[in-house]
Amino acid sequence: MADLSINLAGIKSPNPFWLASAPPTNSGYQVQRAFEAGWGGAVWKTLGDPILNVSSRFAAISFNGQRVAGFNNIELITDRPLDVNLKEIYETKKRFPNHAIIASLMMEPKQEKWHELVKRVEDVGVDGLELNFGCPHGMAERGMGSASGQVPALVERQTYWVKEVAKTPVIVKLTPNITDITATAEAACNGGADAISMINTINSLMGVDLETWNTIPHVAGKGAHGGYCGPAVKPIALNMVAECARHANINVPISGIGGISNWQDAVEFMLMGATGVQICTAAMHHGFRIVEDMIEGLSHYLDGKGIKSVSEIIGKSVPKYSDWGNLDLNYNIVAKINTEVCINCNKCHIACEDTSHQCIDRLTDENGNGYLKVREEDCVGCNLCSIICPVDGAIDMVEVPNELPPMSWNERQTALSLAAECKIDIHK
Amino acid sequence: MEKIQRISTINLERNFQEVERALTSQEALEESNRCLYCFDAPCIKACPTGIDIPTFIKKIASGNLLGSAKTIMTSNPVGASCSRVCPTEELCEGACVLNHSTKPIMIGNLQRYATDWAIKNEQTLFEPGIPNGKAVAVVGGGPAGLSAARELARFGYKVTIFEAAEKAGGLNTYGIVSFRLPQSISYWEVEQVEKLNVTIQTNTRVGKDVPINDLLKDFDCIVLAVGMAHVPYLGIEGEDLEGVFDAIEFVKGTKSGKLTKDFVGKRVVVIGAGNTAIDGATCSVRLGAENVKILYRRTEEEMTAYDFEYEFAKQDVVEFRWLTAPKRIIGDESGKVTGIECIKMNLGEPDQDGRRRPNPVEGSEYVIPVDAVIKAIGQTRHLELIEALELLHDSGVVQVNKETYQTSNPKIYACGDVVFGKGNGDAMVVTAAQQGKLVAHSIYKQFKAAGVTQ
Repeated sequence: MADLSINLAGIKSPNPFWLASAPPTNSGYQVQRAFEAGWGGAVWKTLGDPILNVSSRFAAISFNGQRVAGFNNIELITDRPLDVNLKEIYETKKRFPNHAIIASLMMEPKQEKWHELVKRVEDVGVDGLELNFGCPHGMAERGMGSASGQVPALVERQTYWVKEVAKTPVIVKLTPNITDITATAEAACNGGADAISMINTINSLMGVDLETWNTIPHVAGKGAHGGYCGPAVKPIALNMVAECARHANINVPISGIGGISNWQDAVEFMLMGATGVQICTAAMHHGFRIVEDMIEGLSHYLDGKGIKSVSEIIGKSVPKYSDWGNLDLNYNIVAKINTEVCINCNKCHIACEDTSHQCIDRLTDENGNGYLKVREEDCVGCNLCSIICPVDGAIDMVEVPNELPPMSWNERQTALSLAAECKIDIHK
Repeated sequence: MEKIQRISTINLERNFQEVERALTSQEALEESNRCLYCFDAPCIKACPTGIDIPTFIKKIASGNLLGSAKTIMTSNPVGASCSRVCPTEELCEGACVLNHSTKPIMIGNLQRYATDWAIKNEQTLFEPGIPNGKAVAVVGGGPAGLSAARELARFGYKVTIFEAAEKAGGLNTYGIVSFRLPQSISYWEVEQVEKLNVTIQTNTRVGKDVPINDLLKDFDCIVLAVGMAHVPYLGIEGEDLEGVFDAIEFVKGTKSGKLTKDFVGKRVVVIGAGNTAIDGATCSVRLGAENVKILYRRTEEEMTAYDFEYEFAKQDVVEFRWLTAPKRIIGDESGKVTGIECIKMNLGEPDQDGRRRPNPVEGSEYVIPVDAVIKAIGQTRHLELIEALELLHDSGVVQVNKETYQTSNPKIYACGDVVFGKGNGDAMVVTAAQQGKLVAHSIYKQFKAAGVTQ
């Protein structure tokens, strides 16, 4: 069996699956249940001044009958006094010394307040700290959470303050509610962060009730934006992790968060540069027991590939992620429809006809049966038909050889500018 | 639409191919994602072996098929066979909470999908335990015996299975029709047990090929899992005629070597309406018989075949003659069956087992012309062996301590069909598998109490 243990900036855990700072990690009772179920670590629900909360806090998107495709909340940080949380962290760590407990912290941007909080929390024996610069609702209106996290200078300064006193590794949790997450990630690094984690939740409004015209959820007839998470946000999170992982000035470990529901998602995040992952929505949907399949599935995957340690896969796909300007313009794929698998729903035809490049023909064979065929010379390889096709294996996207050598936009522009300066000859 | 010819009289082999189509990977993915992954799920409780069904289904959804197969086979050492033969609508699928909202999850088919994957990918799912120096003899290599052997081997016991037939697997190998359970599935389960260093001595009948005293002497304990024997005599005239078959042997014949062409175009009656009767009837149809009738002295209400078996037989155009009992089998001068004389019955008061007792209707005799008669009126017990082992029993049903599964000889444990009957539960493959497991756990506990550490 492969070694699943990880070491994220000095924080060790028996496996890469941590519970994210969120409702599942609100108390010692919950975190201990999670560790019993097999979770490798937990980021304790954000500590700070005791907070009042509202009732009616969560909402979810069902997509065509599949529940919890996306999830949102307007809950705030911990609703329990700091000393109660600290006592339970101490007890939990004592019972589970080999599991990682990271305290999520939030504080108004004042140096001495941060210093005090860090010292008190580290005194109870946490393995690391995670600075919550991401919570998008409620706290942000008071200048904390994502209000800090959207300003690189504030991220850097507060990280610096924490690092002035912290003895354990400091993870900075970033908000996705920003144009370019690498700006704040870099700021965190400049402030001395030992690691970064992403993404926190995304600003969202889940819906409006057509009968009452109330927001979903609403609190006594009023709503406010909440933080969006769950399977639907995974591609956004994965991109942000990958962008940070490939950034020249961001050289700290990444804890990946955002829509991870199973071991396969976790592998994707790790391939894209995450050292470990944090999970919340999947646990809220199914309970802590889902970690059993995560651990086992990851282990079988690594064994199947002959990989000894999960650490070996970290970042392995990062070199494959680049800018559009580096993509080969001479690479061609076309759609091929396998008539014997096709069930003749004609969805590919109408999708291509109306919304792509009009290259899927409806034809009739000698027996009078309809079939679909791609005019390959007109196919641009957009993938649309294979994406919407409801049957596995009915449409393959296949590579077609191109006699031209690979050339990217960047190479093309370089070549053109050299030609303009008459340094090379252009024949084609 | 083109009419599919269900039965071929030319290509009999085709008739014996597995009837139920396997799920495609897309179907399996869609169905597994439909599972709610209930907590403390009723399907688990409804499974006699307690398979963690939501977990194995979740693992199909996540692409962890090896884990899925392990979850299944951990709880049920014959889980691949059971995915095909279990009366799922009466067990797991019947308990699925979605019965109350949409439609139940196809648990059996998903279980088959995961175990098929393990079979196809030649997975070895378990490791033998560290040897503890104790030896156990398992008499009978059917579902109960295999299950006991598998668990004992994982605990570190040195296990030897004594199997009278040419191959192990028992009912799964020989007794369940190929078109529901191909032999290859049963062989794979046997192989999984063999891989745990379990010795399987086939063609070995205890009490004949191996003296009972040797067993008692050479092993620390014995697990008796011999199942049941042949179909009993009807006790009517003509039973020895050519063309009268024991249903168990008849089905076994369709699973051993080449299929006979002797039934093509023939008229067959099957006596009885249990699981084996249905198997005998549908096998006859698939061997090309022109007409197959099931004679049963009670009615549809009392028959012990499952609903799905009844439906399956009707789709195979098996005819049912209720309230009909055989009176004598008629043969020609060469000793071949030519007909069966039947008598009509009516139902009286319920008897000891709660079923209404059938009574003959005077003067209602009539003759059905037939070429073959298949007897499927239950099975006899291995009385001789049970007596030779000097075990307490009730007409061949071995008495066991309900907690420890020990017989009247504490060194001998028993499980499976040999203890079923007489109000001791249903004789399903899955219950036999569970008993095998429980016997192994009981042996483990007894030895642990006696200081065996492994």
